Amino acid sequence: MPVNQTLRNGAWRVVELITTPVVPADYLDVIAPLRNPTVLRARIEAVRPETADAVTLELRPGRGWEPHQPGQYVRLGVDVDGVRLWRAYSVTSAAGRRDGRFTVTVNAVQDGAVSGHLLRHARKGMLVHLDLPAGDFVLTSPRPAKALFVTAGSGITPVMGMLRSALPELGDVIVVHSAKTPEDVVFGAELRELAAQGRIRLIERHTRADGRLKPAALADLVPDLFERETWACGPGDMLDDLQEHWADAGAAERLHVERFRPTVLVAGDGGTVTFEKSGQVVDVAAGATVLDAAEAAGRLMRSGCRMGICFKCVLPMREGIVRDVRDGKLTTATEVDGDNVLIQTCISTAAGPCRLDA
Amino acid sequence: MTTLQRKEVNPIAHLSPEDIEQLGRELDAIRDEVLAVRGEKDARHIRRMIAVQRRLELGSRAVLLFSVFPPAWVLGTIGLSISKILENMEIGHNILHGQYDFMRDPKIHSTTWEWDSASPAEQWKHSHNELHHKYTNVVGRDNDLGYGIMRVDEQQKWAPAHLGQPFYNFVNACFFEYGIAAYDLELGRNLRTRKRRNNPEFRARARQVLHKIRRQVTRDYVVHPALALPVGFAVGNPLGALFGTMAANFVANLARNLWSHSVIMCGHFPNGVETFERTSITGETRGEWYLRQMLGSANISGSKLMHIMTGNLSHQIEHHLFPDLPASRYAEVAPKVRALFERYQLKYVTGPLVFQVASAWAKVFRLALPNRKPAREIDHSIPPRHPAEVAA
Repeated sequence: MPVNQTLRNGAWRVVELITTPVVPADYLDVIAPLRNPTVLRARIEAVRPETADAVTLELRPGRGWEPHQPGQYVRLGVDVDGVRLWRAYSVTSAAGRRDGRFTVTVNAVQDGAVSGHLLRHARKGMLVHLDLPAGDFVLTSPRPAKALFVTAGSGITPVMGMLRSALPELGDVIVVHSAKTPEDVVFGAELRELAAQGRIRLIERHTRADGRLKPAALADLVPDLFERETWACGPGDMLDDLQEHWADAGAAERLHVERFRPTVLVAGDGGTVTFEKSGQVVDVAAGATVLDAAEAAGRLMRSGCRMGICFKCVLPMREGIVRDVRDGKLTTATEVDGDNVLIQTCISTAAGPCRLDA
Repeated sequence: MTTLQRKEVNPIAHLSPEDIEQLGRELDAIRDEVLAVRGEKDARHIRRMIAVQRRLELGSRAVLLFSVFPPAWVLGTIGLSISKILENMEIGHNILHGQYDFMRDPKIHSTTWEWDSASPAEQWKHSHNELHHKYTNVVGRDNDLGYGIMRVDEQQKWAPAHLGQPFYNFVNACFFEYGIAAYDLELGRNLRTRKRRNNPEFRARARQVLHKIRRQVTRDYVVHPALALPVGFAVGNPLGALFGTMAANFVANLARNLWSHSVIMCGHFPNGVETFERTSITGETRGEWYLRQMLGSANISGSKLMHIMTGNLSHQIEHHLFPDLPASRYAEVAPKVRALFERYQLKYVTGPLVFQVASAWAKVFRLALPNRKPAREIDHSIPPRHPAEVAA
């Protein structure tokens, strides 16, 4: 209906005029934050401890959410001590819940700012920011007749999402899961129950007692290893080993892996700064500012006060680590977390390799 | 006042270059202390301010739908005035300073925020954050000294037009947001020659300002009054509702303008605040910059409510020392800063709002007339640049 549409557009313009200079959604945020279609948020509806250092959050997403596929992850933006930090978590609930809710299970990461915060402070009613579900670690269609899941530690989370969603569609399922001790197995009770019912074959490996599982040993546990469509998730070196093993057997295409990459950024002195849009790479010496170094390299930079007070020179950092030359404060950004932290180039020096979205 | 470099008695004669650098280090240490605790509390503060302001605004606007009834008019107008003041001062000014950029919230960020003031955030940030905060009180560099329409320092050249400056200042106070927009556009300078008038960059910025003004005027004087019409018709007084709401918006804008103008006049114009020669800042060190900020600003004393309503510009000294720290922390650092003033024997200019406003106005009147005695020669040996460096 074009007339209807014109009327509606006109009415909306009036609403926008009422709220100028901000947008109507900004007022909505104050009253009903989950109704804002431009900023995706979720409310924590329940917090359930899984193990001593894992907790499941049941989330009710607001307007704009789209359902996930089993195995996918979702990025959560959590305000930790006033600073919004983003991390990816696998969806652990079954897909297609009637109430539209979903769960993620947060495992403690050593020195993890976000996981630590959620483990200690997540409460019913808290709001978190969200991104739409993403990731291609998903079940194949048609479903395989025989499936194998090889997981370790928090690597069980996307697999749990798959099992809860699609176990009836999967015929013969083996889960090989490694954890430090029996108590450390996240979803241990549920997995063991599934095994007791004969719906999956569960092979638990407790690494504190038995050591790490080697791919070669896997063949003993699962004789028809390469006949199975396999999904693996866990520490990087485990996945490397598995990929090598599957590639050697010529079965690489049957192995799907999901890597949780905690990018570790170590602060040093100086570093290279890559301007991604132009591809220009600038060496920033220890103590020199990104702004000065880039200008010396002939790059045209936006700048103002050149002393850190006007915020005109900010550029988004996709990944890297910079140090404030005034007080030594470090700022980091990692690509896996989808950061795009705005840094002040006039008072920042590189403390390692950095990539700027400029 | 007259610039520090032309004073008979130099108020910083007792400070050596080492003293000034030590002073800078001590201020850096105060800054670090705040950075170490900056976080959750500050995020909560600004979010609460925004929530309070938006609710107050919506509530006042709702009450003004009934503006035909005098009590509703009074209540709505008071609420709207307070809301507009909060929005400009404690919220807009401080967010646009980047004080809350640390939160990494794309909504509450100096690069995305827009405020209810005629000057677009981008243009204001340039003239305020970049020029005024860097060149604070440097005659010839900091246009905030008199905003280009007044003479507030003996070293600014007198012209007969300055005789009218008490009047200009009053008009500027009433329409302060437009004054700021014109100032950010450097209207006086840019309209002077045809070449400048036709400069495409200037024209683009002027269009931006006009666009923003048009939207705000439409909101305050057309849309909201029109929304009050139904109630007006219902009680048989549509014109009363229409003009009543218009008047309410006008009064709220006026109140906000007068208030912010008064607060801002108190920042750098009262007695006791120092100004500086243009030449005095070449090669200025961080310590010297800090010292200039200390000498060039004045506080307003008062209650917590007063601080919030002024956007904490009542802590102008602390704000100028640490423009990027959350303003709600200024009250916390003020005693430490004041102790430094005492230890370094510097004058911490502060006083109640009424006194400071009177002092600033007195200066506007006094300097409307030419200087009585000729200015002293510049003493180049007076810091912020120190003799040793001048010689080098």
